[in-house]
Amino acid sequence: MVVFDKPKSLADVPLHYCPGCTHGIIHRLVAETIDELGIEGKTIGVAPVGCSVLAYNYFTCDMVEAAHGRAPAVATGLKRSDPDNHIVFTYQGDGDLASIGMAETVHAAARNENITIIFVNNAIYGMTGGQMAPTSLPGQVTQTSPYGRDTNHCGFPVKVSEMLSQLDGAGYIERVAVNNVKNVRNAKKAIKKAFQNQIDKKGFSLIEVVSTCPTNWGMTPEKALEWVEEKMIPYYPLGVYKDRDADSKAE
Amino acid sequence: MSEKVLMKGNEAIAEAAILAGCRHYFGYPITPQTEIAAYMAKKMPKIGGCFLQAESEVAAINMVYGVAGTGKRVMTSSSSPGISLKAEGLSYLAGSDLPSLVVNVQRGGPGLGGIQPSQSDYFQATKGGGHGDFKMIVLAPSSVQEMADLTIKGFDLAEKYRMTAMILADGTMGQMMEPVTLEAPSVNEYDKSWAVTGTKCDRKKNIINSLSLVPEELEKLNFARYERYKAIEENEVMYEEYMMEDAEICIAAFGIAARVAKNAINAARKEGIKAGLIRPITLWPFPNEVFKKAADKVESFISVELSMGQMIEDIRLASECKKPVYLCNRVGGMIPSPEMVLESIKAHYKGGTK
Ligand SMILES: Cc1ncc(C[n+]2csc(CCOP(=O)(O)OP(=O)(O)O)c2C)c(N)n1
Repeated sequence: MVVFDKPKSLADVPLHYCPGCTHGIIHRLVAETIDELGIEGKTIGVAPVGCSVLAYNYFTCDMVEAAHGRAPAVATGLKRSDPDNHIVFTYQGDGDLASIGMAETVHAAARNENITIIFVNNAIYGMTGGQMAPTSLPGQVTQTSPYGRDTNHCGFPVKVSEMLSQLDGAGYIERVAVNNVKNVRNAKKAIKKAFQNQIDKKGFSLIEVVSTCPTNWGMTPEKALEWVEEKMIPYYPLGVYKDRDADSKAE
Repeated sequence: MSEKVLMKGNEAIAEAAILAGCRHYFGYPITPQTEIAAYMAKKMPKIGGCFLQAESEVAAINMVYGVAGTGKRVMTSSSSPGISLKAEGLSYLAGSDLPSLVVNVQRGGPGLGGIQPSQSDYFQATKGGGHGDFKMIVLAPSSVQEMADLTIKGFDLAEKYRMTAMILADGTMGQMMEPVTLEAPSVNEYDKSWAVTGTKCDRKKNIINSLSLVPEELEKLNFARYERYKAIEENEVMYEEYMMEDAEICIAAFGIAARVAKNAINAARKEGIKAGLIRPITLWPFPNEVFKKAADKVESFISVELSMGQMIEDIRLASECKKPVYLCNRVGGMIPSPEMVLESIKAHYKGGTK
């Protein structure tokens, strides 16, 4: 008999996320991973500023709340404090990671900082009510791009996984999605590998999770999942962008 | 080692930090404090410590935040423009009640300013240093020996009260060489049960956090923090008095300005002017009592500063405006000479209160 249980690493409290938001799924995948790898007692998570700011209430491991965009720097301190005994992950949105915190993100990757980053790309600033994000698609209507994102005026989205994969320091970069069962399974595999890499001291891992924001996209949860398939994934193709380990084996 | 060695002020800070048990340093290069980073870069790898050059002062202070969260001694250093960038982190450290040591070897401002000594970050350091209600313990060394001693003291106070201690030095203090005695201090053990080090699955999780969305709760946290600040104001004030027993005119100065002031006071005494000095060592908590008492004895105060007049406001408050407070200052990297201070003393001296 298969029992569908709550992971031990996920606290027994109601999540505050909107109906249809995929933060909950991603939390679960991270918590399952921590359980399966048996690292709950060593793990320190870093919550961002964004919709997942309260993630420190949801994971049962030690948690730190970082300033907007600074999670990779905070994680660097947490990791370097005791590199052999701390497993450190950050959980960040696109505004947090790819706009205000871009420098911290890029340099943590360049340093091959031995941490795991879960990057939730929902193409919008969720928490502040739906403004344009660095990952908002061309033409996407948001509160601060009411006529659609005009690339002549405010430029193009940042493709984080593609960009970071250019850095020698980055160890493992994969983009996944959580819009259907198959993609959720792949996402789990990627997240688990990103944590395993850290345990094995393989350095910087970042998993970009293409996610939804039905509330601020102004869609039903079902429509939002379709929008991921039809609009997001074509612009943000899924797959492994960097796997230093596999690359070196292949050579 | 307890024999005297000749050292730069910046190096004395670095070595003292190591002696105090600090094994994590994060910083970004800026004149006139880079010797601290250079010293740490050399030493830390040899003693199992971590020196890391951050991508910015913003990142450096957040790395400090990370290590501080684990309960270990950690520091960063910078100079004025870099401290402005650290303001966000300083506020988060305060909001999360984390200990840290931050060094500001000040240079002239505002903006990019210059690279010569200044004391014009006094307001920034003593009145908060970031958004929200908070304080930092601000220590103002006036010799290379004090650069070392106050660094050691700063780590202890930071842990004792779970807050940031800032060494507010200036370019002269950082660059000058003097003999110092350096000894490993005995380190006090404080409760660290709040630290995030992994639960080992045998305790409830800890959360390092400055977010508090319920106003009643956030208010309580602020009141509790200020209760702690009150204890610091009562117990941790440090200052030096020089020739104040019979002084009729009181110079107030800290850091390099206090050394200049002493020379001027010696010269004034030779001319029969009873001048004395109060040198605040803690700029916060400010030595209010000693100024208040002095106000009943002296005819006036002169605040000697490398700023447009910042500490002068605290002297007026402390002395309850009972006596005039004059300013004698140079700025932009300039330092008042003993002659200039002596001139100021002569100009304001009225011949004694009697
Ligand atoms: C320094 C600073 N600037 C701005 C904010 C306001 N703010 C809070 S959350 C947020 C955007 C978060 O968006 P994202 O990172 O995409 O995460 P999401 O909410 O979509 O999960 C902003 C701008 C802040 N808290 N701090």
